[in-house]
Amino acid sequence: MDLSFTDEELAFQAEVRDFLEKNLPADVKDRYERGLHFTKEGQVRWQRILNEKGWLAPGWPVEYGGTGWTATQKYIFSQELGRASAPPPIPFGINMVGPVIYTFGNQEQKDLYLPRILNSDDWWCQGYSEPGSGSDLASLQTKAVRDGDDYIVNGQKIWTSHAQHADMIFCLVRTDSNVKQQEGISFLLIDMKTPGITLKPIIGLDTEHTLNEVFFDDVRVPVKNRIGEENKGWTYAKFLLGNERTSIARISQSKLKVKKLRDIAASQRVSGGLLQDDADFMRKLNQIDVDLMALEYTELRMLSRIQKGEPLTAEPSMLKIKGSDIQQALTELSVEALGLYGAAYESQEIREGRNDQNFAPDYANGPMAEHLYLRAASIYGGSNEIQRNIISKMVLGL
Amino acid sequence: MDFELSEEQVLLKDSVDRFVQDNYSPDDRLKLSQTELGFSRDHWKTMAELGWLGMAFPEEVGGFGGGAVETMIMMESMGRGLVLEPFVSTVLLGGALIAEAGSEEQIESIIPSVIEGQTMLAFAYAEPQSRFNLNDVETTASKSGDGYVLNGTKSVVYHGGTADKIVISARTSGESRDADGISLFVVDREAAGMDVRAYRTVDGQRAADIRLENVSVGADALLGAEGAAAPVIEKITDRAIGALCAEAVGAMAAANDITNEYLKTRKQFGIPIGKFQVLQHRMVDMYMEAEQSKSMSDMAAMKLDLGYENDTKRAVSAAKSQIGKACKFVGQQSVQLHGGMGMTDEYSIGHYFKRLSTIEMLFGNTDYHLNRFSALS
Repeated sequence: MDLSFTDEELAFQAEVRDFLEKNLPADVKDRYERGLHFTKEGQVRWQRILNEKGWLAPGWPVEYGGTGWTATQKYIFSQELGRASAPPPIPFGINMVGPVIYTFGNQEQKDLYLPRILNSDDWWCQGYSEPGSGSDLASLQTKAVRDGDDYIVNGQKIWTSHAQHADMIFCLVRTDSNVKQQEGISFLLIDMKTPGITLKPIIGLDTEHTLNEVFFDDVRVPVKNRIGEENKGWTYAKFLLGNERTSIARISQSKLKVKKLRDIAASQRVSGGLLQDDADFMRKLNQIDVDLMALEYTELRMLSRIQKGEPLTAEPSMLKIKGSDIQQALTELSVEALGLYGAAYESQEIREGRNDQNFAPDYANGPMAEHLYLRAASIYGGSNEIQRNIISKMVLGL
Repeated sequence: MDFELSEEQVLLKDSVDRFVQDNYSPDDRLKLSQTELGFSRDHWKTMAELGWLGMAFPEEVGGFGGGAVETMIMMESMGRGLVLEPFVSTVLLGGALIAEAGSEEQIESIIPSVIEGQTMLAFAYAEPQSRFNLNDVETTASKSGDGYVLNGTKSVVYHGGTADKIVISARTSGESRDADGISLFVVDREAAGMDVRAYRTVDGQRAADIRLENVSVGADALLGAEGAAAPVIEKITDRAIGALCAEAVGAMAAANDITNEYLKTRKQFGIPIGKFQVLQHRMVDMYMEAEQSKSMSDMAAMKLDLGYENDTKRAVSAAKSQIGKACKFVGQQSVQLHGGMGMTDEYSIGHYFKRLSTIEMLFGNTDYHLNRFSALS
């Protein structure tokens, strides 16, 4: 057992730090630091900068454009992203569908989609949830019926984040209704411009447009857009969910938020002193910091096991539960730091997401938006209740 | 000891319940909150006609002489519908301050007009640095001729953008945070030097930040004795906290009803999700928090009606800290149990969550009141 980095790893850390310092666009960093939603243009610009350096998809195999880094290097990289207030890439292409394509896709699909994901040419979204199937994902109803070289897709997806920006959607569809639920599902890649697809925005609690409903009305999708075998989609779906759960723990982002809260506490004037003189506030912040440290070392232990070639089972569910708990506790405390100014939130549409026109501190707007938005963290990606079921079944055998 | 309502109180409750039922469907409320004004002047008129705007004022100033219990009854029902009209700002804060500290002349010129629904008020007490400390006042009022000149910044003044008159706390002497030396002034919102910037708040209401730049007022704007406003502010604020606690109780009860219904109807894995034990226990915990809150709110209202002693202040802080904790738990878990549905602005549960979250912070959050409770014990 050894916690220290080698000289090579330290040199790598310095290289990453230096790169981020020189290349992270100031406007992108600023939005991210204040907890505001990204702009598509800024996000794409930043992903292209990372890709040019070859660092957009550290987890991918080298042959498809990955970095070949060790688990430790990947860890260092993600920590440095957090430290520099650099937004992580949008997960749908890089962390979700990309790995499905290079693991289960055919050569033609790999050649076509992987470079486009890396170059951020295609913005992907996720067509998993449906109105009737939330936690019970396998009960999905969207149908794909074979017609020559096409499938004809009918149905509806919901909670589709950022679909309004998307060029492509990866979808779970029902191709056989006469078998056990999980055995009749296929995995399709669908061009969002195909006739018959319509979007309806869902305005969130934060009064921002992040979520959407996606409707499919006789949408023709070429059979060559199917990943792997017909009716085997559940296998690919589960593989993708495992990746999703690890990435939504957002540890480095939470570390950044702890640091930001410490800065705020040290500068926010409160009743004759500073917020950091408030013992209750600081105890909560320190508690979160400790919880986060426990989560980080849990993640490192898991990484170390993966590096040794030992497979994980339901452990990512633990990262998801604890990670989302911490994110929510942090955004709640960020709002609390604002005192009454927590109430003075207006969405981006109304005032560009800034409170400047009021007399509140500059960082006053982001925390409430994020606090509201991240109530979803314990819901999306499989609710935390469902994650506990998974752990109790797979790890504890209950 | 008696926690039951009298006949008159039952009638009052029924009448507010009916108003809420008729005018505050989730859809109605959402639409109203999105209008420029953020509430309805017609509703305000109705509330005046029904006598509600005078309910909390003593009979000697022209009110109906209702106490904290009557206020509690009304606020609980209004909390169920998340009513948007500026009842707290106008009646329980601005109006109550004037009724408590004002001269006969001030009372006569303003309170009847408030009761009739003609004049709306707001109370500007918070400042950017003050957090929850009511005595942290840096806004100054300097003597000038017969009157005063006000300078400073007031934050998050609920309904400050639409009030006709604003009651403003300002320092006439002493150091920042001294209890002595704070005075109250009644100022026209449109007075010269008032820079009022209104905005929407997260709970669907309206507030304003106000910069006072050499705002000149006459001696008749001073409310009560110069420099002696701190105890008045504390008392009226405590009564408003009692009212907010009741609003929270109503909002929690509604949120729990809505969530409970959802658990019975939403199916996953072939059965209603309410059949899952983890969700049953969560719902039970939410129910218990709401019941504990109701007990605390009733207790605080009854104590407020008995007088205003140290014990009353303790009771108010105890209620606010318990209810603050409950607000967060019930609000957040209501959203959680609704899954994605809970995350949408269109569906009502999120609005309960947002209002409950702001009630937790208004006039001091859970920690603040637990500390105050401890200091008063």
